[in-house]
Amino acid sequence: MRAHQVSPHRLTLLLMAFLLLPVSGWATTDTYPFSDPQDADRFRTLISELRCPKCQNQNIADSNAPIAKDMRDEVYRMLQQGASNEEVTESLVGRFGEFVRYKPELDRRTALLWATPVIAVLGGLLVVIGIVIRSRRRPERTAALSDEERRQAEALLKDSGNDR
Amino acid sequence: MRRALLFIPVVLTVILGIVLFQRIGKDPTQLESAQIGKPVPAFELADLLDPSVSHGPEALRGKGPFLLNVWGTWCPSCRDEHPDLIRLAEQQGVRIVGLNYKDERPLALQWLERLGNPYALSLFDPDGKLGFDLGVYGAPETFVIDGDGIIRYRHVGVVNQKVWSETLQPLMQQLGGQG
Repeated sequence: MRAHQVSPHRLTLLLMAFLLLPVSGWATTDTYPFSDPQDADRFRTLISELRCPKCQNQNIADSNAPIAKDMRDEVYRMLQQGASNEEVTESLVGRFGEFVRYKPELDRRTALLWATPVIAVLGGLLVVIGIVIRSRRRPERTAALSDEERRQAEALLKDSGNDR
Repeated sequence: MRRALLFIPVVLTVILGIVLFQRIGKDPTQLESAQIGKPVPAFELADLLDPSVSHGPEALRGKGPFLLNVWGTWCPSCRDEHPDLIRLAEQQGVRIVGLNYKDERPLALQWLERLGNPYALSLFDPDGKLGFDLGVYGAPETFVIDGDGIIRYRHVGVVNQKVWSETLQPLMQQLGGQG
């Protein structure tokens, strides 16, 4: 094979390699310049914690939907005006509802949601404690063999050893 | 006692089944609106038909309840619901205010000329500002707004005969409007 000729096989491999490139970063090509790197950090955090109402399983950082862009623009605009993280989130929740929070507020409606991990861990602990207590309560059944039983067992083991 | 414990997994599974079953057939893209019970947000938008005229929230008050229909020529479902809106406006006398959302004026005017104009008033929102404040995340969306300019209901998706007669009409009648 001559050196400058690319075989179709190799071309395929090359094309397949492109498929491995990360695509998630492509959605947000617009640049949002911040003079303060801290604000830029807050911006990144906020847009990753706000959920796109149109494409429901994406945050507004990853989404290409026009509404996600509008929301990013609004977050940017508010941060430039010196708004706090809470103010930004509240203003978007006021328009689009609690749905846009990936991190729901702790209130009466979401209390059970937040408590679920604790409930699950406590439930698991109760089960484990129950099993431990029950196994301790009946130690006699697992007690050592009596002398007679031991002799029997040794005889059986010896027999099976001879068979091999 | 111990036998009763064996039923715990069954009971849990049944409860889980009931919870999951309730969501079957429901559209997960229909979100509750955060705007219900609030007045229409402040806006200053040009009239679609006459660029020299601009409207504010007061243009929406004092004429009884109405539908605020968010549409755009780029939206295929809007074309789908358009004949229904015309029928509602012409035959049932429903007052519909149009919010032309993220669109271009010439295209929108052409659309109204060709397909008919069901709107008593048409607002032109090329940047989607009022749409954004209303929490619109797609089109078509239709809001029921009472005579005081308070948002009462939001419907996401096409308004057809079924949606009108089952949901919007009872609400409009309750608010004392046409229909």
